Amino acid sequence: MSNPITSELLLQRLQERFGEAILQHESPYNLLTVEVTPSSAHDIIKWLKEDNELALSFLTLLGAVHYPDQAGREMAVVYHLHSLVHNVRLRLKAFLPIEDPSIATITDIYIGANWQERETFDFYGVKFVGHPNLVRILNEDSMDYHPMRKEYQLEDATREDKDDRFFGR
Amino acid sequence: MGKVEVVNGVETFNGEGFQLAMLDKVIAAARANSVWPLPFATSCCGIEYMATMGTNYDVARFGMERMSFSPRQADLLIVAGTISKKLAPILKQVYEQMAEPKWVLSVGACASSGGIFDTYSVLQGIDRVIPVDVYVPGCPPRPEQIIEGIMNVHRLVKHESLRRRYSDEYKHLLTKYNLNEDE
Repeated sequence: MSNPITSELLLQRLQERFGEAILQHESPYNLLTVEVTPSSAHDIIKWLKEDNELALSFLTLLGAVHYPDQAGREMAVVYHLHSLVHNVRLRLKAFLPIEDPSIATITDIYIGANWQERETFDFYGVKFVGHPNLVRILNEDSMDYHPMRKEYQLEDATREDKDDRFFGR
Repeated sequence: MGKVEVVNGVETFNGEGFQLAMLDKVIAAARANSVWPLPFATSCCGIEYMATMGTNYDVARFGMERMSFSPRQADLLIVAGTISKKLAPILKQVYEQMAEPKWVLSVGACASSGGIFDTYSVLQGIDRVIPVDVYVPGCPPRPEQIIEGIMNVHRLVKHESLRRRYSDEYKHLLTKYNLNEDE
């Protein structure tokens, strides 16, 4: 192997290849984190997997984070990728507006993303366009909201015997 | 000639060649001393219930050695552990599949009230979907407490009128839970 793939090299390759689509980057706890445009996330993940040199061919995790205070970019979809060959990790983030949190599915790249996208839809309401079966996976089917969004309280809403005064609220 | 107590709680009147007793008392005693439990156990309360079944605590002493893992041949539904909202319809279906007469023992804080899991995904007490006869507090309760709960169920079984299941109160209770058979 000529030169080892490092986070710096990985970032450089991404910027060379995708340019404008790479919005920001930082390295908290030495984990390269790159913000990309939602429309390019699918192609970037596909390229990273298929590129023989980088070989980021393992999807560690797919999830979402809700930032209610960031107007217009409330919903972050987070992808963790891992190169098993080079032992390099990469975190990709794409921010979506809460009114229409839609992003292309990556189930055509990673079959294993199927249930993770269903889980993210279940808890955050992110719509993965092109997903073969985007229905709830963990919560009951009759649930009518996405419980991990910050506007919903964590507690069961049907309890009537709890007096807020006794819970410091 | 005289009164002889054969089974605890059943008075009989013995004579030469005959023995008299109240039929409902005999049936109640027979039921109470052979309650077949159906364990519906999900978490740590289930582990405590397993200890209750085992040799140290031994519910077999009370005629309960046959754990019925089919609801159709069970008398007592023992719900031990956290019941999520997704599991609630299954619990209700299991209860509906049991034949009358049937009793329900709710073991532990989670089954009785949701316990510490006051959250969107957990059923806040199984009495939201099925009627409960006896609640056992604790998180989890010790096997002694579970046995105390079982003894209370036995007390109910022993003193229950045979016609209770046809009473208006009982029908009203089932209606409240949408469990009526004629629907």
